[in-house]
Amino acid sequence: MKNNLLFDFTVDKAAKTVFITREFDADLSLVWDAFTKAEILDQWVAPKPWVSKTKFMDFKVGGRRFYAMVGPEGQERWAIQKYTSISPKTNFKMFNAFADKDENPELPGSDWDYTFSEQNGTTKVSITIYNESLARMEKMIEMGFTEGFKMSMNNLENVLATLSKK
Amino acid sequence: MAAHIFATDWLHNTNLNYMRRDIFQAIADPTRRAIITLIALQAMTPNAIADNFHTTRQSVSKHLRILTECELVKQEQQGREIYYSLEIEKMKEIDKWLSQFRKIWETKFNQLDKVLSTLKKQKK
Repeated sequence: MKNNLLFDFTVDKAAKTVFITREFDADLSLVWDAFTKAEILDQWVAPKPWVSKTKFMDFKVGGRRFYAMVGPEGQERWAIQKYTSISPKTNFKMFNAFADKDENPELPGSDWDYTFSEQNGTTKVSITIYNESLARMEKMIEMGFTEGFKMSMNNLENVLATLSKK
Repeated sequence: MAAHIFATDWLHNTNLNYMRRDIFQAIADPTRRAIITLIALQAMTPNAIADNFHTTRQSVSKHLRILTECELVKQEQQGREIYYSLEIEKMKEIDKWLSQFRKIWETKFNQLDKVLSTLKKQKK
């Protein structure tokens, strides 16, 4: 696996937009599948220890993906995505919103734009996330990260406390 | 691992949920962001700040009060005037939060690297 793969992450707070660029050591069609097929998405899209479970995914313009991030204690955070534009193996756009378990979206949501390009067997993916509110950006982080982190923290707290006494 | 401990330490040391919500409410408003930008350059009195906006002084006062409650700005009495200036350390917390957000994506992409590598082997 290549070690020098690009990873760029910037946030424009005023524009409420996050820009993410990452390279992958795989050809374009495989990377495209990894972002657009439920069975592959579910393998990586949730940061451990959370897991992603797609209830349905209809990858076409106007189609939707309804999925949950499931936490280590079984807690479910539902979200719904609606595909607004698809140019195969080049770009797709979607609107993402948190939801309840009955598919009712909680607005406001965020607009996502994915662009794919391949050079010499390396595929670059550029993601732009526009949030209608900063408060919502904050909520995004709470899906999957904080909860899982808190668990290991209790142990680490003790370790840190011990270390700081030295 | 260093980043891991760093983030943990930060979570551990602060009453995160309460404070983080406050900070982000503070900067969610465009007028308050403009005030932050203004006083980042120099300490200013409420009147001097209000001169930069078309809203009323009461409205600027209200924004200053919210920023003060969130501890994003501090007040300093100089003679008869109160000067507002930016609490730089507090602003840094926003960047720390962002670095956590970055870390989520790092984790996800590392997972994807593994998935892609497995899929490539399966194709061969």
